[in-house]
Amino acid sequence: MNNAERRIIICAGTGCVANGSLKVYEEFKRILGEKNIPVTLEFKKEEHNHDGIRISKSGCQGFCQMGPLVTIMPQEILYTKVKPEDVNEIIDTTIIGAGIVDRLLYVEPATKKHCTGPNDIPFYQRQSRTVLKECGFIDPESIDEYMSHGGYEQANRAFTKLSAKDICDEISFSGLRGRGGGGFPTGKKWELTRVQPGPKKYVICNGDEGDPGAFMDRSVMEGNPHSVIEGVIIACKAIGADQSYIYVRAEYPLAVQRMRKAVQDAYERGILGKGVFGTVNKIDCEVMEGAGAFVCGEETALIASITGKRGMPSPKPPFPAQKGLWDKPTVINNVETLATVPLIMKNGAAAFKKIGTEKSPGTKTFALTGHVSNTGLIEVPFGATLREVVHNIGGGVTDDKGNITPEGFKAVQIGGPSGGCLTKEHLDLSLDFDSLRSVGAMVGSGGLVVMNHQTCMVQIARFFMQFTQNESCGKCVLCREGTQQMLALLDDIIEGRATGETLKLLETLAWAVQKGSLCGLGKTAPNPILSTMKNFRAEYEAHVFQKRCPTRRCKALCLPVIDAAKCKGCTACVKQCPVGAITGERKMPHVIDASKCIKCGACIKVCKFNAIGI
Amino acid sequence: MSKVKNTEIPKFKKVCEILARYNNDSSKLIPILQAVQDEYRYLPEEIMTFIATSVKIPPASVYGVATFYAHFSLEPKGKYIVKLCDGTACHVKNSIPILEAIRENLNLNEKTKTTPDMLFTVETVSCLGACGLAPVVVINDDVHGQMTPEKALALLEDIKRKESVQ
Ligand SMILES: Cc1cc2nc3c(=O)[nH]c(=O)nc-3n(C[C@H](O)[C@H](O)[C@H](O)COP(=O)(O)O)c2cc1C
Ligand code: SF4
Ligand code: SF4
Ligand code: FES
Ligand code: FES
Repeated sequence: MNNAERRIIICAGTGCVANGSLKVYEEFKRILGEKNIPVTLEFKKEEHNHDGIRISKSGCQGFCQMGPLVTIMPQEILYTKVKPEDVNEIIDTTIIGAGIVDRLLYVEPATKKHCTGPNDIPFYQRQSRTVLKECGFIDPESIDEYMSHGGYEQANRAFTKLSAKDICDEISFSGLRGRGGGGFPTGKKWELTRVQPGPKKYVICNGDEGDPGAFMDRSVMEGNPHSVIEGVIIACKAIGADQSYIYVRAEYPLAVQRMRKAVQDAYERGILGKGVFGTVNKIDCEVMEGAGAFVCGEETALIASITGKRGMPSPKPPFPAQKGLWDKPTVINNVETLATVPLIMKNGAAAFKKIGTEKSPGTKTFALTGHVSNTGLIEVPFGATLREVVHNIGGGVTDDKGNITPEGFKAVQIGGPSGGCLTKEHLDLSLDFDSLRSVGAMVGSGGLVVMNHQTCMVQIARFFMQFTQNESCGKCVLCREGTQQMLALLDDIIEGRATGETLKLLETLAWAVQKGSLCGLGKTAPNPILSTMKNFRAEYEAHVFQKRCPTRRCKALCLPVIDAAKCKGCTACVKQCPVGAITGERKMPHVIDASKCIKCGACIKVCKFNAIGI
Repeated sequence: MSKVKNTEIPKFKKVCEILARYNNDSSKLIPILQAVQDEYRYLPEEIMTFIATSVKIPPASVYGVATFYAHFSLEPKGKYIVKLCDGTACHVKNSIPILEAIRENLNLNEKTKTTPDMLFTVETVSCLGACGLAPVVVINDDVHGQMTPEKALALLEDIKRKESVQ
């Protein structure tokens, strides 16, 4: 693209839209029109308008919490939290003049530095955005724009120059591993399917993304839908399929809409349909909306769902590569996996292998959330450390009020409900498939939740258990009943009924559910419990043996006691107690009646002498 | 099961259109149910039976699919569907107090999800994919981020005010 082209890019990802970016867009359009500044609204490849400024809407740029984001190109000035009222000033100062509106710049919380653009914002500086590179910068609704960036050239090459085997070999050689959680080598999966006999095969793109706390696939589908379609087309050629499905979860209406438009545009250009790229081949592609069942992300369940049935997993083997959709050989890949494929084809497998670690090449997107200063969507090479992610990209751990606390880091939960909790000890662990697995966590789909000192790990384990228990399809007894029982045991711990036996039972049950469940949902359901029990044993023991929740999150365990040595008998707590549980004479140490106390904690807050604790 | 009343015939016209769009194909059951639900905001029982007959599968199978997926509702929903996210990101940023405040305000609980005047339905979802803005509340299609109980109640009050004016 012409570097000199002036563009105003307004983020139109879900986050920024929620924060009001559409109003900002309208305001730009209105004022630019009023001031008679020429604006090119439609992208025209052949026409490089010299003084035209193009406003475009983009997909998520990952920095949602600072949205609405407005980027001025080519200077790459990034304005954050832009309101319609700011638009006039931006136009006068930056578009007409050459100045910068200082108050709209991002200020780094730790150093108070004003950053002019992504190049000096640590959140962006330390990432390597490759799959996400164009997300947030190209107009996701314009196939022309995708093509002007070299889009569909690799699909074209795949159909006109390469054999199916060539493609499988290239992807195998790149070492690409599936980004949907398991990390299975993509090239191998394709090769297995390619060599299956029979003319009818299918490719399914898994955009179900049911993991709570994960939104990377959403961002790719919303921000660069054509890259997903290109990956699907290359996969079709690689295995000899002529029909593909893109399964998107129902909770993502914008992703569904953008994927549908992209598919339709690709049909209109002859990129999908009959005679692709002037060959005799045909590729069909259908976008299907999920209906809200997490287990449908599992391959065999996904297949059942596409055929109009309940999304229940079935035993493997046979693997989908052998007997998948309508019993035909089928490749199922994750959105991010497929969006990576055109990049590998373009730059070559060798270049891809240079990034990341030996056994986990390339980059991985993570949804960085929870108690960090910069939450958002990030992409780092495999092998980056948690410390890098949490402290440098995330900008540090925050307390419950949102202020940075240097000592606040407690844990990160990685990989969603299938994953585990890591602690301070793991801050320098390399983030890759194998090292995470070795410590009982998982890359999973890439949810990365940072938790501060005020988080109760038993409650976090309970949270995930509740999720998997709700989402169990009910087919296996151990998954259906076991998750229910584990949840009940966790409740015992949280509500003060647990004994040493509870912990033992929990471990036995966790092991049994892992062993006795059919699909990944049940098999990994105990992970959050096992990893928190291992890494935060003392916290469990405090709940069980001392009936105490160290973070004061478990209401039933927060019985306050008054330290007689510190109590001055000021009666402040007596006045505060809503149920009259505190008694004592003035200037004499007070006591709390455990049978009356409702554990509201009001007395603790009001005591000036720190005499009340739990 | 309720008898089909004459007044409901127009209902069936819509279903027929939807079924025709999908060639009465049983493998398209999920998109069919989605389209039907878009139309009526829930899946009325007699319409599910009608679909079963039209695509030639037992009503129990249609019912089985409809109850399996969280997106389908067998009961009518309110005019405003308030979805509170309780995904991981939202949960650690204290989504539960928001839910409690909303339920208390509307006099709802885990079992009663819709207000008697059919104005509000309150449900929880696990992740709306806007975790950067956690905690998140979505009312119909509008996403509201960085919520607090107070802000959520203000949203409800806005709606109530708007509705009482009309
Ligand atoms: C319960 C469960 C849910 C899953 N959800 C997803 C999902 O939402 N998206 C996804 O890509 N893979 C999901 N997977 C993994 C897929 O089954 C499958 O391994 C993956 O889509 C393969 O693609 P990949 O090789 O490109 O990673 C899930 C697995 C299980 C067991
Ligand atoms: S493990 Fe759980 S979710 Fe998976 S098939 Fe069995 S019951 Fe269903
Ligand atoms: S925790 Fe609440 S109820 Fe218990 S003694 Fe203190 S003020 Fe009274
Ligand atoms: S939606 Fe704008 S940065 Fe994420
Ligand atoms: S966890 Fe609430 S939007 Fe993702």
